Amino acid sequence: MQWNSWSDFLNMGGYGLYVWVSFAITFCSMAIELWLLRARKLNNQKAASKGHTQ
Amino acid sequence: MNFLKYSSPQTFYPLAGKLIPWFAISAALLILYGLYIGLLIAPTDFQQGEGYRIIFVHVPAAWFSMFLYVIMAAYAALGLALNARLSYMMASSIAPTGAMFTFVALVTGAFWGKPMWGAWWVWDARLTSELILLFLYIGYMSLQASIDDKHRADRASAVLAIVGVINVPIIYFSVKWWNTLHQGASVSLTKSPTMAAIMLKGMLVMAIGFWLYSIAVILLRVRREIEDRERSVALLQEFKE
Repeated sequence: MQWNSWSDFLNMGGYGLYVWVSFAITFCSMAIELWLLRARKLNNQKAASKGHTQ
Repeated sequence: MNFLKYSSPQTFYPLAGKLIPWFAISAALLILYGLYIGLLIAPTDFQQGEGYRIIFVHVPAAWFSMFLYVIMAAYAALGLALNARLSYMMASSIAPTGAMFTFVALVTGAFWGKPMWGAWWVWDARLTSELILLFLYIGYMSLQASIDDKHRADRASAVLAIVGVINVPIIYFSVKWWNTLHQGASVSLTKSPTMAAIMLKGMLVMAIGFWLYSIAVILLRVRREIEDRERSVALLQEFKE
């Protein structure tokens, strides 16, 4: 373990802003991709059930 | 066992559905392990302090931005050669994930460049060729979306994808061929790595995690793609009757 305290960890030796924004952008981008795919899935399911009832 | 039978969308669809949870779970575990190594275990860098930790997301994202492009172009070429629908669907399912990783590599690069170089962006060979990669992905997706006839869209965008492959070695070797601000490769196949073993381990674990994530997401998207095309075929038949 590299850190003595939470504030040490969050501060990242003064690079906190750059490090945390980079990690946040990476994982938010992946989350958005998954969310868009989920929306597409729900959309396709709706279209499929519509097709059956017609 | 006949592997060729999985080359038809109808048999690939359930297979992909069965594989997705395995790739997704192992991706999540490896990414968590990679975060643990990268943020908690790996030591401070002697030159860049804690700022270097951006490497654990930046380098894997940059690797997959290039790697996925090559795979996308290979599927596009396979589609052209065999006139195989599933190959085209794979190619178009890879593009958004490749574009996402390219975007992540560029933005995390900017957030690394600012504290280390004093600039968010410089027009040097590595950064510019990576930006061109993003434009190639966007061009591929726009071309596919702009042609109504799906078959023509597949073929036209496949040609674009294949021509664009030339950019990948340019990105990779740009740090050798030109004088750039960007540092050289930390990991290469021919030389021993220039970084501490635990840092390298964190980066590789994260990279494998991103790889498995890519596979899971691409399989998810190819299933949506198969549904879309089946639906348009069904609509067309209804229309004819």
